[in-house]
Amino acid sequence: MINGEILDILKKSRKNGWVLEPDAKKIFRISGFDVPQHTLASSADEAAGFANKTGYPVVAKVVSPKIVHKSDVGGVEVNIDNDKRLKTVFNRFSKMDGFAGLFVEKMVSGTELIIGAKIDEQFGPVVLMGIGGVGVELYGDTAIRMAPVGKTDVKSMIDDLKAKKLIEGFRGSRPVNIDKLSATLVKFSELVMELKEKIESIDLNPVICGGAECVIADARIILKKK
Amino acid sequence: MDFLKLFEPKTIAVVGVSLTNDRHPANVIYNKNYFRYPVKVYAVNPKGGIYYKEKVYKSIKDIPEKIDLAIIAIRAEYVPAVLSDCIERWVGSAAVISGGFAETGRGDLKKKLLKAVEEADFPIIGPNCLGIYSPGSVDSFFLPSERMVKPESGNVALVSQSGGILVDQMVKFAGQGVGLSRAVSIGNKAVVNELDLLTFFARDDMTDVIAFYIEGFGPGEGREFVQTASRFPKPVIVMKGGQSAAGSRAVSSHTASMAGDYNVFSSVMKQFGMVEARNEYEMISFCESLSCHPEPISGKVGIVTASGGHGAVAVDRCEISGLKVPPLAKKTQDNIRKKLSSSIQPIASLGNPLDLTGSARDDDFVTAASELGRLKEIDCILVLLLPYLPEVTTDVGARLSQLYQEVSKPIVAYVPHVERYRMFIEGFQLNNVPVARSIDGAILMVEAMKRYDP
Repeated sequence: MINGEILDILKKSRKNGWVLEPDAKKIFRISGFDVPQHTLASSADEAAGFANKTGYPVVAKVVSPKIVHKSDVGGVEVNIDNDKRLKTVFNRFSKMDGFAGLFVEKMVSGTELIIGAKIDEQFGPVVLMGIGGVGVELYGDTAIRMAPVGKTDVKSMIDDLKAKKLIEGFRGSRPVNIDKLSATLVKFSELVMELKEKIESIDLNPVICGGAECVIADARIILKKK
Repeated sequence: MDFLKLFEPKTIAVVGVSLTNDRHPANVIYNKNYFRYPVKVYAVNPKGGIYYKEKVYKSIKDIPEKIDLAIIAIRAEYVPAVLSDCIERWVGSAAVISGGFAETGRGDLKKKLLKAVEEADFPIIGPNCLGIYSPGSVDSFFLPSERMVKPESGNVALVSQSGGILVDQMVKFAGQGVGLSRAVSIGNKAVVNELDLLTFFARDDMTDVIAFYIEGFGPGEGREFVQTASRFPKPVIVMKGGQSAAGSRAVSSHTASMAGDYNVFSSVMKQFGMVEARNEYEMISFCESLSCHPEPISGKVGIVTASGGHGAVAVDRCEISGLKVPPLAKKTQDNIRKKLSSSIQPIASLGNPLDLTGSARDDDFVTAASELGRLKEIDCILVLLLPYLPEVTTDVGARLSQLYQEVSKPIVAYVPHVERYRMFIEGFQLNNVPVARSIDGAILMVEAMKRYDP
């Protein structure tokens, strides 16, 4: 799954210790995962141009090697629906520490999940799946398995979640496409097995899953310390 | 590596026997094996001399016979040299009791030890441990015989990094009537680790259940451990020490901080069908249950009781533990009712739990359990036996156990554990039905079979 292009990105990111979001998204796109339509804009006009082409609403995120947790510093803005707001957001973000551009993405909707991996000292690569978004730390509703995982493991992971019903469709919310979720997680665990010597952990949070696809809305790869 | 020399030695050498201090660990080990075990025991001390009318050899190299097991209880710095002697003389195995290695920062001594044995393929337990207890064969624990509590011999192998936990578990095994095949305290596990012992016990005829107290695996060892365990059809029970250790290095990652070390451990155990005991109470219940019934169930419980209250408490606990207590159809109930003794026919309540009431006799317990044994909606039978009921006799345990042979569905019993009811308890235990001392304990025994997933 990994190729020269991916290796180049990882090599280039080494100085930061982690892979910036646009590059992480690129790795996942190359590996065949669904990511939202996006652009890395260096000016407000460029951002607006992208938004008008793909259609509002969009999400804007700050890109900076100095900011790992974007939402902690107010570096994520969702549901932006016009040029004026997009420009205000650009101006605000451009003043942030280490600003290296504005990442603009088309909004996607669905159930917010987290898919993650870490290289455990005793068990090697393990993957995690659960209810994502900001509720991750609050509810801690996740399931963990040793990688690589198969479809049966994914099924038992879903069964382990307290919020299983949310995935299966709860009170009018659309059910998640389980096959798509399963395929995404199985493939993710294969990618993790390939990257196990190079990484410390990966967070895909949120992965937005709907009736048709599972889109990686945010990705962070923490590289292994030398 | 040939582990049989370790567990069933014919000749042992105890290195470090003191001629001046009779309570020296080496002397305790020498004495108990010399007086109580069917092994030829040799004492070794560089000074030589006579101990209990037997010659003390100055070196293991002077012993005129081939040694199966060397038990070494001397100062750490002398250990590598003695191990070199062992290799030179083709000693079969060794247990290094001595402390003072990695645990006190002497990593260099561990390296020396490993260097001394690197080419030789022979098993060394320890250092810094109690070593081996193999019922009827050998005992390398430096605990005076009169203070040791030994479980009966049985089919559970117990492996512990900590010697203290091991001895404590053995005391509990004895109290609960769980039989032991072998016990090993592995200490710093410089050579032989959990994985080696797992591999040996998986093929050991004496052992049907393998129980571990684990503090931590070395890098990558956990992965190999679960993969190995899942290849063998024997239940593996694991209790983890240090569950709360905050081992999360990468604070910047959600995944790493949420997964934690213990969460990963616990999840992976479950993923590979191992039975994780979360505390020592579960540990003993799981060992007893799986030593009698080393087989998995899906967890559909039929409950036989003589008290409605006990039935209700048991159903509650089943529910919490994810076990099912399927209600019985009217027709099934009618069929069972016809077979009960006439005095309880009109008053027994048979919906599951089957409450036979305080007037129940032995026959009623046997009938109820036997009928449950026939039902496909039930895969485990829980008998809550109250030994103070007038019509219940001490035969009931043995009779119910026979039934297990017929219906081949596991039976678990609850009998209050007081001396007066020992006959009731033994009736079950001697016939291989696990008996809990509380309703909670009985449910844990059922849970163990459900968690085991070969």
